[in-house]
Amino acid sequence: MKYILMMHCPRNGYDTFGALPKEDIQAHVAFMKKLNQDLSQAGELVSAEGLADPRQAVLVQAGKDGAPVTDGVFPESKEFLAGYWIVDVESQERAIAIAGRASAAPGLGGRSINLQIEVRQVMSGPPDEFA
Amino acid sequence: MSKPLGGMPEHLLRELAPQVLGAVTRRFRDFSAAEDAVQEALLAAATQWPGEGVPDNPRGWLIQVATRRLTDYQRKEAARRRREFSAVHAGYLAPVPAPFEVAQHDDTLILLFLCCHPSLSSSSAIALTLRAAGGLTTAEIARAFLVPEATMAQRISRAKQRIQESGVPFEMPVEAERAQRLRSVLHVLYLIFNEGYTSSAGAELQRCELSDEAMRLTRALHAMLPGDAEVMGLLALMLLTDARRPARTGPAGELIPLMRQDRNLWIRSHIAEGVALVTAALSKGVPGPYQLQAAVSAIHDEAPAAEDTDWPQILALYDILSRVSDSPMVNLNRAVAVAMVHGPAKGLESLRDLDGDKRMAGNHRLDAVRAHLLEMAGDHGAAVDHYQLAAARTASLPEREYLLLQAARLRESRGNAAG
Repeated sequence: MKYILMMHCPRNGYDTFGALPKEDIQAHVAFMKKLNQDLSQAGELVSAEGLADPRQAVLVQAGKDGAPVTDGVFPESKEFLAGYWIVDVESQERAIAIAGRASAAPGLGGRSINLQIEVRQVMSGPPDEFA
Repeated sequence: MSKPLGGMPEHLLRELAPQVLGAVTRRFRDFSAAEDAVQEALLAAATQWPGEGVPDNPRGWLIQVATRRLTDYQRKEAARRRREFSAVHAGYLAPVPAPFEVAQHDDTLILLFLCCHPSLSSSSAIALTLRAAGGLTTAEIARAFLVPEATMAQRISRAKQRIQESGVPFEMPVEAERAQRLRSVLHVLYLIFNEGYTSSAGAELQRCELSDEAMRLTRALHAMLPGDAEVMGLLALMLLTDARRPARTGPAGELIPLMRQDRNLWIRSHIAEGVALVTAALSKGVPGPYQLQAAVSAIHDEAPAAEDTDWPQILALYDILSRVSDSPMVNLNRAVAVAMVHGPAKGLESLRDLDGDKRMAGNHRLDAVRAHLLEMAGDHGAAVDHYQLAAARTASLPEREYLLLQAARLRESRGNAAG
């Protein structure tokens, strides 16, 4: 079963992270690298990506003439997607355990950042036959 | 000297793979290393044979290449250990390989027992079976399951580690264990078949290949155990299900339920073979679950039109199935048969027994069947709700689309009736 683990961060999350002392940033990066390595070695990692600062984001909508209409001003969201993992695991419990580990990633002074991670099943299952 | 290569070498390679692996494992007594070496030999053959032609003795060629790889590996391992433990194990040498032994049993069978060992999780067993017994490459398996090759390689190597740790020998399971171990093999083959039984866009072709591979391995299993009625039953079930593959999806990849399929598209040769197999199996005595499911499939496949389906016979088979199997899915399918024979009210009544079953909690199939029976009963409002509930709970994209369309169709017909 495939799950996507979406790591959300608050509005000021990127700034908070950027203001951490060097050792804390290094510890955080090392933690995430180790997590991805372990998932790969467990044969569970499908993909993992971190996303660029939301201030670089663009909102796009289809315009009346078919051309895209972009919005440069980022909306007043409280939370942003900071990164995600797609994992292929035996059960939902396992996906939740991985999300729990990711949420415990260290921040200031090595304390857990405790970010919220949304766990959603990817629709990749085979269909049933209907009588 | 060499024969020119007619067509793709894959089928030849896949058939030879377990024989070669058996020979090399028996000689070096190291399944994990032998499996890696054989995989390398298969890759070498896949690149060399199309240009140079198939060697006169392809099996011998593969064994030789794999043996060379394995000997190189062992020599390097021995050197590494010598460096690491030079003080204590000064004289450590690579183990001397045993002479090639004549296989006592068909190695494909031993490999299936090993790869489907109950100590493995189903996803590990599936991956290892496809590679070690099926001769597929890691890249092919990764593509079929839409995961990166590195991830699939790790899954396979973990599975081998697990087998090594549990100390399962490379030989036929003892008589007392064999029936239970065979059940695990059949279950894994059934899961591989089901993985291919999907119509999700994009990966469709690779997924179909999984069903074909499951049928090929089950056929090989049947050839090795011709007297086993459940092996016959599983092969029959696969053939009778796969027979409907061309009719199962519409032009846009949308699901078409069994009762609305164009039966002219069904594969007649699969049906004939499946029916013959299940008939022969059923004559052997008390039928097991695969034979009974195959028998249900045979009744569907033999009906010239949906309305000709012999539902009383299907219900009788589900009655027997529910006695030999504890699966709530059996009771779910049985409820549909009850509705077709005794009317939707009776069908809905038998569904109520499943509401208390913890294994069915939150399962979309219960909602989907309930929606179907409610629609049959004329309660379209409740049917819409349950179609939508099922759509929210399924993990299959084409199935969600199908369920949402059912709900929409009913809503619109109600709207029209009201207006």
